[in-house]
Order: sequence, then structure tokens, then C-alpha cells
Amino acid sequence: MIDSQLPVLLILCYILAALVVPAFGLFREKWAQPIASLGSTLATVLSIYGILMVMHQGPVRYSFGSWAPPIGIEFVYDGLSSFFVLVINAVGLMVLLHSGSTGKQELAGKRMPYYALSMLMLLGFNGILLTGDLFNLFVFLEIASLSGYALIAVGDRPAPYAAFRYLIIGTVGGTLYLLGIGLLYTLTGTLNMIDTMAVLPDLANHRTAIAALALIVTGMGIKAALFPLHGWLPDSYTFAPSVTSSLIAPIGTKVAAYVLFRILYWVFGSEFLFNNVPILEITGVLAGAGILFGSVMAIAQTEIKRMLAYSSVSQIGYILMGLSLANPWGFAGALLHVLNHAVMKALLFMVSGQLRLKEGHSDLRRFHDGYRKKYPWSMAAFSVAAISMVGLPPLAGFFSKWYLALGTVENESWILLGVILISSLLNAVYFFRILEKVYMKDPSKAQKVSGEGAFAEPGAGALVPLMTLAVSLFVIGFANAFIVGYLLELYPL
Amino acid sequence: MAELLTGYYAYVFTMLLLCIGLYGILFKRNLVKKTIGLAIFQSAVILFYVSVASKWNATVPVKSETLLLSQPELYLNPLPHTLMLTAIVVGVATLGVAFTLMIGIYNRYQTLDEQELIDKLND
Repeated sequence: MIDSQLPVLLILCYILAALVVPAFGLFREKWAQPIASLGSTLATVLSIYGILMVMHQGPVRYSFGSWAPPIGIEFVYDGLSSFFVLVINAVGLMVLLHSGSTGKQELAGKRMPYYALSMLMLLGFNGILLTGDLFNLFVFLEIASLSGYALIAVGDRPAPYAAFRYLIIGTVGGTLYLLGIGLLYTLTGTLNMIDTMAVLPDLANHRTAIAALALIVTGMGIKAALFPLHGWLPDSYTFAPSVTSSLIAPIGTKVAAYVLFRILYWVFGSEFLFNNVPILEITGVLAGAGILFGSVMAIAQTEIKRMLAYSSVSQIGYILMGLSLANPWGFAGALLHVLNHAVMKALLFMVSGQLRLKEGHSDLRRFHDGYRKKYPWSMAAFSVAAISMVGLPPLAGFFSKWYLALGTVENESWILLGVILISSLLNAVYFFRILEKVYMKDPSKAQKVSGEGAFAEPGAGALVPLMTLAVSLFVIGFANAFIVGYLLELYPL
Repeated sequence: MAELLTGYYAYVFTMLLLCIGLYGILFKRNLVKKTIGLAIFQSAVILFYVSVASKWNATVPVKSETLLLSQPELYLNPLPHTLMLTAIVVGVATLGVAFTLMIGIYNRYQTLDEQELIDKLND
């Protein structure tokens, strides 16, 4: 029974939580975070069950109001959706659990609306991943984006301006997507993705279809922060409260990348990608440029959140590069990188938000070796994530880069292979800079300031999610063959 | 050329509106004017959908005795219009959030001029 309803239950978890949080939070603000975490826990459990179910029984299609598709709207819960849904819900849950301690200080007095909005945002993301209808996707996209703008605007003094710029650019992106599916609709007469895919190959030379493809890729490129369209990202992530940046940074751009995968591979299909339009070549070049640009800009930053934001620009480049390779290895590497990057970025943003609250600043130049004694567990988790970002073998980050590299070799795109290698070195530069400050003794410092190294870790509620994510980086690293085996089966072209 | 104007004038106007909206977003310094540009940009797409599905001498798609099912040209396709109801709601919500953010910006910086804002941010 539950199997056929599962896609809707996932959404209902978040709708319920979004409604219950204000009802309780109005009287007792401290209840907002536990209720939100509870909703997210339910969704995570369901998505674990869901991915196992899809593995054994194949995809589930749920039609709303029993209107059979393509007339009605449907949710399609297949291999790709179930993978993304699990990543997003699990990482979202960890961030929400961790926000119990940081949020108390940072969001004082605003926790009730904040958690209700964060539930709405996760609802939007889940809807994007589950829906099988092109227009429905736009609606969920706007739900997620609008709550995202509000979540960003809660932060520091310049945060509303950063959120405003994101709103303008993001809405233009969403509107371009809408125009794109409008053109597709005039051509195919359907909005259902599976139905559109059946019609489109016959229209591969039609100019309208090519215009639609260009509009959709541009619109989603804005949302995914593809290189020249990434302008909104650094400011938004820097000025947002650390709970928001650790919630949006690992998840938001990935969902847009999912839409690109879905539209390019599952709606337009190989007829378009390989024969008519150089869309993959363009995406590949931009992604490669974005990887290098993001890494170089990250090295130039002295503020840790801004550095991580530029690093996000470069990491989303890896994912879209895998998309542009359009071969099984690139595809599996990109999706594995979605998982890895979500875990790593959540961890990095959570630790840096925590440091910023405790220390009152987030200036890299003022990091010192006292942190090693003060925050032994957090810094250990941070180091694991940082080393994984650089890509050293037993950790997860190595394997996604390895499969991406295999993909570039298969396509003989040696320039992109070079980009991966150079970018790994650049990653090493900006992450080891921090690790060096924290773990090496500072020779220029004469003596210890008293009380500098006193143990100051946050409580177990914040440490457990950090440790879980850090351990999961090892687990993903060791289980990479299994995960990639699952992902390779999804490859549609 | 004549065919381009008579047959496709709706698309030409859509493009024109899109360009006007984009101009407002890119080149106007005042945040309110940027938001107006955004609203024009969204309206252009809404008008595009509406114009795609508009038809003369056709009626609602309800089966009746006088209209035969074999004449689909006598029926309207209502779907794009209903889609745009949703899109209009999304647009209104977007404008609401935009104005709220502007109030926040004005309370903090006492200006809505982008250049002044950037100068104040850099101080």
C-alpha cells in the first residue's frame, strides 16, 4: 500500500511540518527546531525505504486525482529521483539537527518562521526531484527559491541586498525556463516528461525545440550557478546565516543540476545531444572554466564562508562537466560527486558557521593553532571534509574525481582531464592553508595566551551530525564501487 | 516579411517585452525600477502563453450537440491559460518577497540606489 503512495508521502512530511511548526512555535519557540527535524527524519526514513524499493521493484508512478498521465500531473519516483531525494533529505536532516545549537544564537526570535520556511524549501526541492511534469517542476522551483530568498535575507546586515540580487537573477532564470517549456508545449502539446520524450526525437531539427533547449539550459544554469551565471552565489552564501548557507549550499545548486540531467538526458535525449546542438560542448567548456575560476577565486578569499562559496562554484563545475561528457563514467562520477559534495559542503559550512559564532569572526588570517585543542572534534571533521575535497584516496572525494577523470579519458577530452588535475592542486592550496594554521605550531607566537586552548566544543546535539557526516565520507569512499554500480545502471543514453 | 508580421506578431511583441524587462533589470540603478523590469519580464512570458492558446470563433472544450468532436478547431485549449493563473500567482509572490527585501534594505542603508548601496557595502 505504502509503496504506491510513497512519492506523495515524502511531500506530505514537509507540508505537515511546515504547518505544525508555526502552530507550536508561536507559543514555544524552542519547539520549532525539533519539529522541523522530526519532519525531516520521517522524510529521510521514507527516502531510504524508497531507494530500496526502487532497486527491487522498479520505478513508481503516482497520478494525482487518478487522472492518468499525460492528461493529469504525475510524480515519477525512479532511480535518479530516489538517489537525489535520499541525498537531499539525509543532508538536510543533518543540517537541521546541527542547527539546534547554532540557530539558538543566530536566529533568536525568528526561529518559528525560519524553520517553517526551511520546511517549505525542502518541500520545493523534493517536489522538483519527484515531479514528472514540466510545469509542475517550475512551480516547485519557485516554492523552493522564494523560501530560499527569505532564508538568506535573515542573515548579516548586507543579507537582504544579497537576497534581492539572488531574487532578481533567480527569477529571470525561472522565467527563462518557463518560456522554454512554453515553446516545447507549442511543439509537442504535452507537459509530461515521459510523453515529451516520446515525441521529441521526431522534431530534432525543429528550431523551436532547439530554442527551448537553449532557454531551459540557460535558466537552469543560472539556478545551478554554471560559471558565467554564478554572480548571485558568493554574496548569498557569505551573508546568509550559517544555518542557511549549510542548508542551501549543499542542496540548492544540486537540485538545479538534477533538472539539467533530467531535461537533457530524459526529455531531450541522445538525438539532440549528439547530433544537432553543441549544447554539451558549451556546457563542458563553461564547466571547465568555472572549475578553474572558482578555485582561483577561493584561494584569493580571506573570509572562510566566501572561500567555501567560490569553492561551490568550482564543485558545481565538476557535476556539470560530468553531465557534458555524456558517457557512463562521467555520468556516474557526476552523480557520485553530487552525493560527496553535498556531504562535504554541509560539513564545511556547519563547522565554519560554528567557529564564526564562537570566535566572533570568520577571517582565515586570524585562525590559529589554539583551535586544535579548543575544537578537537569539529576541526577533525573539518579536516576530513577538506582532505576529501582535495581528493585523497580513502575518502569519498577521490572517487568521484576518479570516475570523472575516467569519463574524460573515454571522450579523449584531455583539456578537461587537465582541468580536474589542476583544480585538485588548487583545492589543496586553499584547504591546506587552513589546516596548516590550525594544526601546525605558529613559530612567531612567543607564548600561549591563557585560556586560549580551553575546550569549547558545542554539545552532543551539534557534534553527532558532524561526526555522522565525517564518518559517512569514509563509508562512501569504501562503498564507492557499490554506489557507482547503482548509478551506472541509471545511465539512459 | 508580411507573413512574419501578420503570423508572428505576438512573438515579436513577446520578444520586445522581454528585452524591455531585461533592460530594466540590467541597466536601471534603482531597485524598484529593477523590480518593475522583472515584472515586465514575467508578464512577457505570461502573454506569450496566453497568445499561443488564443483562438477566434472557438469555444470552451465542453462537448455539446451542435459542436462535433471531429472539428477540433472549434474548441479552445484552456490549459495554457490555467497554467498562467499559477504563474501569475508565482509572480505576485515574487514581487511580494522583492518588496519585503527592499524594505529591509532601506531600513538598513536608507537608500535603494544600487551604486550608493555598493559604496556603502564597501566601506
